[in-house]
Amino acid sequence: MTLLNAVVQGLLLGGLYALFATGLSLMFGVMRLVNLAHGEVAVLGAFGSLVLGTALGVNPLLSLLVVVPASAALGYLTQRVVLDRTVGPSPLPSLLVTFGLSIVVQNLLLATFTADQRRLDVGALTTASFRAGDLSIGYLPLAVFTTAVALLAGLSLFLARTSLGRIIRATSDDPQAVRLMGVDAKHVYGIAAAIAFATVALAGVVNGIQTNFTPLSGPLLLIIAFEAVIIGGLGNVWGTLLGGVVLGVAQTVGAWIDPAQQILAGHLVFLLVLALRPQGLLPKMAAT
Amino acid sequence: MSTLLEVTDLEVRHGDLRAVQGVSLSVAEGDVLAVIGANGAGKSTLLSAITGLLRPSAGQVRFAGDDVTRVRPHTRVRLGVSMVPEGRRLFGSLTVEENLQVGASAKRPGPWDLKAVYDLFPLVAERRARRAGAMSGGEQQATAIGRALMSNPRLLLLDEVSLGLAPVVVKQLYAALPEITGKGTTVLLVEQDVRQAFAVADHVHCMLEGRTSLEGRSDQVSMEQVSAAYFGVRA
Repeated sequence: MTLLNAVVQGLLLGGLYALFATGLSLMFGVMRLVNLAHGEVAVLGAFGSLVLGTALGVNPLLSLLVVVPASAALGYLTQRVVLDRTVGPSPLPSLLVTFGLSIVVQNLLLATFTADQRRLDVGALTTASFRAGDLSIGYLPLAVFTTAVALLAGLSLFLARTSLGRIIRATSDDPQAVRLMGVDAKHVYGIAAAIAFATVALAGVVNGIQTNFTPLSGPLLLIIAFEAVIIGGLGNVWGTLLGGVVLGVAQTVGAWIDPAQQILAGHLVFLLVLALRPQGLLPKMAAT
Repeated sequence: MSTLLEVTDLEVRHGDLRAVQGVSLSVAEGDVLAVIGANGAGKSTLLSAITGLLRPSAGQVRFAGDDVTRVRPHTRVRLGVSMVPEGRRLFGSLTVEENLQVGASAKRPGPWDLKAVYDLFPLVAERRARRAGAMSGGEQQATAIGRALMSNPRLLLLDEVSLGLAPVVVKQLYAALPEITGKGTTVLLVEQDVRQAFAVADHVHCMLEGRTSLEGRSDQVSMEQVSAAYFGVRA
């Protein structure tokens, strides 16, 4: 593999990482809540797809039609029933509760599915690729990257242009004042959580097609999402994509240097950004 | 005229502190009531209980004949109660126009829309594309009033409109009040500037340490009575 090829693969991987990170960034931006169970939602999505595949023979890509809306509903419910009670001036209750949720989900999945490595099977598509000059580009990673960019663009437009998007931004600015405008802030929180859960479940399924997963994969996914958000800059949709891409490229270039150091290379770049530019590469833009 | 807002024996606590105790007041439809009082008299707490941001420990709030004491704030806006909060509380990352649009979230029909607000405050119209956080205090206050009007309230609550603003700006803002009441909106305003309150209000309600110390028609109470009620001393 050439260096250029490594960079291109990293770029494509970055799209997936951005998908992981978007919901984390959105929930923090709107409710100032860090969801430590974010990775588990992705893993739940992957297992949901696995069950649909083994029980009904549904193709993982098709299973998204069920998994994504179900995750959105789960997000809305989790926010309204559990997380709403933890929102407040102190970040500690939400950290403890979401940490607890992640442990609960991990162990429920372990008890149900054992610790075996799983993979979602899409047949020949898994490895299908085309050549462009020296580059070998997989159809699946390219599709994932394109989907991620389209989704982030859609989310950005939704936040900037629609009336609900405007209300979400207003709620992020001042959740008390927004209630005086006739807005049910809790409903808005629920919607933000629904978007977050839906996008990360999508990422979880796609990740499950590209690589192995177990009930304990959540924490690593959470760290990747965190790093993408911090590298890109909090509360900025395009920053999240940039953060994902930087992280992805760092990992694949790291692997190109030494295949054992893929994850480490990502962490090192993250620490470098944190040390040199703690506000992230792109500052927060008000409109997104 | 019928009574639009009726507050009965209201008590609101902040922990152990009774910020409002045994306050009763009523506002007739189309009226302007000014609640005056020194800092910490409980005026803003009273408003918070009327909007539903704070829940009273005793007493009742009735709006248009219905008991709304336990109704949540956003539902009260849909019923027609709207507030310009103290300190304006604009959405700083949104543009002026977006702030106004969020104000219309309750989707109540009525005379107030973007055009009507821009006609009322031409200065706000000029700044419509600007971030709300990047404006002068007077422009922000005008935007905050416009935002509250966008819900087409039957009752508009104004909390300390003059706070931190130059007298000439305050005068401009209050000049808009007749146009607001002229469209049928009832107004309850909280004001520290007694002179300003008397200039615009039909009735005044003075609070002292959480209690009512004086109430009456603004043209029937004397300045001596007011200073006694305001400071709690015989003048």
